[in-house]
Amino acid sequence: MKVLYFARLREAFGESESIGIATDTRVAEIVSSLKARGEEWEKELSRPFRVAINRKLAGMDAIVKDDDEVAIFPPVTGG
Amino acid sequence: MEVRIQVEDFDLCSELDKIRKRHRDIGAVASFVGIVREHGGISGMELEHYPGMTEAALEAILIEAKHRWAILDATVIHRVGRLEGSEQIVLAIVASPHRKEAFLALEFVVDKLKTEAPLWKKEKTQDGWKWVDAKESDDAAASRWIE
Repeated sequence: MKVLYFARLREAFGESESIGIATDTRVAEIVSSLKARGEEWEKELSRPFRVAINRKLAGMDAIVKDDDEVAIFPPVTGG
Repeated sequence: MEVRIQVEDFDLCSELDKIRKRHRDIGAVASFVGIVREHGGISGMELEHYPGMTEAALEAILIEAKHRWAILDATVIHRVGRLEGSEQIVLAIVASPHRKEAFLALEFVVDKLKTEAPLWKKEKTQDGWKWVDAKESDDAAASRWIE
């Protein structure tokens, strides 16, 4: 699975990374494992964020497949 | 309908002309231009987007607007990259047979764009660069369109 980060999260975590996941992993499980990486991850992901799977917004219960593109980003502020 | 994300500036009149020339039955065009406002020590900004998803989200907003009102055409252009005070950030144009649909659909498009299109602003303040937090008032403005 490819994970992309944007805006504040890109600055904290880097632009993107590849993470191996088991089949049918939920977004919530991916987020928990990221939070477990350390203080910075825990802090940033405790603030509001959105998740998209293959460029569509997804909820914490959505299922992610290994060839999906997952993006994690702060609430949007365009316009 | 046209959606563009670009670094370059845009020209309202030429975009409006493009829409006008594509149709013979437009009776009204409403447009919105967002500008970088210098206030409270903010002197410029940098905008980031998610290539592919931002365009798709904007297209989905225009398609929804077309389902809800009798609009004939629409354009959204959002700039990204570094912008200084008084520069143009975003353009939204909606064309319809009559003014009422154009005004309503334009407000809808701008309200939705602010809460649904993956775009993020970082502001240049006197204390350095700061990411802008999403505003509850923008969520409230977008939620009034929920049917």
